[in-house]
Amino acid sequence: MDVQQLTFLIVGLSFALYIGIAIWARAGSTNEFYVAGGGVPPILNGMATAADWMSAASFISMAGLISFMGYDGAVYLMGWTGGYVLLALCLAPYLRKFGKFTVPDFIGDRYYSQTARSVAVICAIFICFTYVAGQMRGVGVVFSRFLEVDIVSGVLIGMAIVFFYTVLGGMKGITYTQVAQYCVMIFAYLVPAIFISLMLTGHVLPQTGFGATLADGSNIYLLHKLDQISLELGFAEYTSGSKSTIDVFFITFALMVGTAGLPHVIVRFFTVPKVRDARKSAGWALLFIAVLYTTAPSLAAFARTNMIDTINGPDMQGTTYEQAPAWIKNWEKTGLIEWDDKNQDGKMFYAGDERNEMNIDRDIMVLANPEIANLPGWVIALVAAGGVAAALSTSAGLLLVISTSVSHDLLKRNLMPSISERGELGYARLAAAIAILIAGWFGINPPAFVAQVVAFAFGLAASSFFPAIIMGIFSKRMNSIGAVSGMVTGIVFTASYIVFFKFISPELNNQESWWFGISPEGIGTLGMLINFSIAFTVAHFTPAAPAEVQQMVERIRYPKSEITA
Amino acid sequence: MKTRKEQAEEYWKANLSLLFKLLSVWFVVSFGAGILFVDILNEFSFFGFKLGFWFAQQGAIYTFVILIFIYVHRMNAMDKKFDVEED
Repeated sequence: MDVQQLTFLIVGLSFALYIGIAIWARAGSTNEFYVAGGGVPPILNGMATAADWMSAASFISMAGLISFMGYDGAVYLMGWTGGYVLLALCLAPYLRKFGKFTVPDFIGDRYYSQTARSVAVICAIFICFTYVAGQMRGVGVVFSRFLEVDIVSGVLIGMAIVFFYTVLGGMKGITYTQVAQYCVMIFAYLVPAIFISLMLTGHVLPQTGFGATLADGSNIYLLHKLDQISLELGFAEYTSGSKSTIDVFFITFALMVGTAGLPHVIVRFFTVPKVRDARKSAGWALLFIAVLYTTAPSLAAFARTNMIDTINGPDMQGTTYEQAPAWIKNWEKTGLIEWDDKNQDGKMFYAGDERNEMNIDRDIMVLANPEIANLPGWVIALVAAGGVAAALSTSAGLLLVISTSVSHDLLKRNLMPSISERGELGYARLAAAIAILIAGWFGINPPAFVAQVVAFAFGLAASSFFPAIIMGIFSKRMNSIGAVSGMVTGIVFTASYIVFFKFISPELNNQESWWFGISPEGIGTLGMLINFSIAFTVAHFTPAAPAEVQQMVERIRYPKSEITA
Repeated sequence: MKTRKEQAEEYWKANLSLLFKLLSVWFVVSFGAGILFVDILNEFSFFGFKLGFWFAQQGAIYTFVILIFIYVHRMNAMDKKFDVEED
C-alpha cells in the first residue's frame, strides 16, 4: 500500500470509531445533551477536556510557531497550560457545585439579571464562532495535503462527521468521541517526536533529548548548537527571543486567564458527578495536555536543527538543489516551501538576513516531520489522522456551546421559559445543525482575519468571563450593577484596542505605538484589571447583592449539599 | 464544640490560605522564573538547558500539574476534616 492508501485507511478507521461511539452514546434528555448526564468519570473527562482544548492550531501549528520564535514561544506553552491551575483552584469546583448547564447560566443567576445573562450569551457565541472557523479550515487543510482532495470536500467531510455525533449525541456523544480523539492525537504526536529525538540525541523522551548532547559524536548540546547557528545566520539567539519582557508577561497572563474563561472548557467541568471529581479532572486534563505541551518545544528545537542542517548543509554553505531530499520538493508543490535562488549559485540557503533564499511555512514543522525523519508511511498517515482528530474534537466542543447558548440560555431561560424538555432538546439539535453549517461556510470561505481574531477570543474571555466568575464566587457582596459595568468596560476597552491595532490602523501595530509596550494579544490582561477595578468601585457605592444571592454564593463554596454558614 | 457556622467559616479560610500558597508558587515558576528573572536564571545551566529557558518551556508546566494534584489531595483531606464532604 502506498502512503495515500494508508492515510485513507487510517483516517477512515478513526472516523468509523467516532461514528460507532456516537451511536452508542446517543443523548435522550437535555441533561445528557448539555452535560452528558453529569456522570463522566474524572479521568475520562480529563482526556475529553484535553482533546477539547487542543485544537488544530495546537497540533499542527504550535511546534512550528515555537521553532520560529525560540524562547518567545513560552507565551503559548505557559499561557495555554497555566490557565488550568486557575480553573482547578478558583473555578471548576465551585461551578460544579452550582450545578447548572452553562456559563451564562451562572452569570445570569449569580447577578440576578437578564442583561448579564444576555451579555454572557453574546460573548460565548462570539468566542466560539471565532474559534470554530479556524478548526473547520484545519480539517480541510489536512485533507487536501494528505489525501489530495480539494479543501471544500475536506471541509464537507469534516462537517458531516461532526454533524453526526454532535447532533445525535450532544455532550454525551462528544465526550466519548473526544476520549478516542485524544488517544489518536497524542499517539500521532508522540511517535514521530520520539523517533526524531532518538535520531538526533539518542534519548527516548523528547523532553530530555531537548537538553541533551547531539548524537553525531560532536558532544555539543543541542540548544547550544541551535543558539550558535541562529546567531551566525542572523536570527535572534534561540533561547533568548526578541519580545519585550512586559509584552511576554502580559500575553502569557492574557492567555492564562483567557483559557480559564473559555466557555467550552469551563462547561466540561459540569459533566462530572461531584465537586471532588471536578478538581481531580482538571488535574488529569492538564496532565494529558502537558504530554503534548512539553513535547512541542522539544520537537520545535529538533525540527529547526534538522531543517537548517538539511538546507544549509553540514558545512553551512548551502545544499545544491538537485541533492535536496524528496520532502523539500514534495512540500514545494504545496507552496509551503519556496526557494528563490537569489545569488544564482544553484544552492539553497536559509538565514535571517539578506542571504536568505527560502520561504518556509511554520506548519511544515509538524506535517513534514515524518518525512524529514524518514519514517514509514503509516506514521505519515497517523499524523493526518491526528490533525483531523484535533480539529474535530475542538469544533464539536465549540459547536455544543453555541447550541446550548441558543436553546438553553436564549430560549429556555429568556424568551420561551415554558418550553417542554422535548422542545428544548429539539431546538438544541437544530441550533447545533445551523451552527455547523455556518462554521462550514467559514471553513470554505475563511475570512481573511481568522488569525487576527484569535486574540479576540482570548482577550474577551479574559476581560469578561474570568473576572465576572471569580468575583461571583469569591466576593459575596458583588452586585449586578458592579459586575455588568465591569464586564462591559472590560470588553469595550479590550475590543477597541484590538480593533484599532488590527483593523483600523494596522500600520501602527508596533511596539512604539502600543500602550506601555503591550501588544493587542496581551491587552486582555489590562482589560481584566479594568474590569475588576470598575466592578469593585461601582459595587462599593451601590447596595450589596440581595440576601438570597449571597446564600447561593455561600452554598457553592462548600461541597456538602445542605451547609450554610 | 464549634458551631456549624464557625466550622464552615474556618474551612473557607483554610481554603483561601491554601489557594494563596499554591498560586504564589504558580506565579513564581511561570511569571517569576520563566519571564521576569529569566535572564538572571539563564546564567545557570541545568543539564543542557539554560535554567530560565527550561522553566519557561518545561519546568513551569510540570509544576502546574503537580500544583493541581497537591490541591486535589489537600482539599479532599480538608473536606473530611471540616465535615463538608459531599454525600
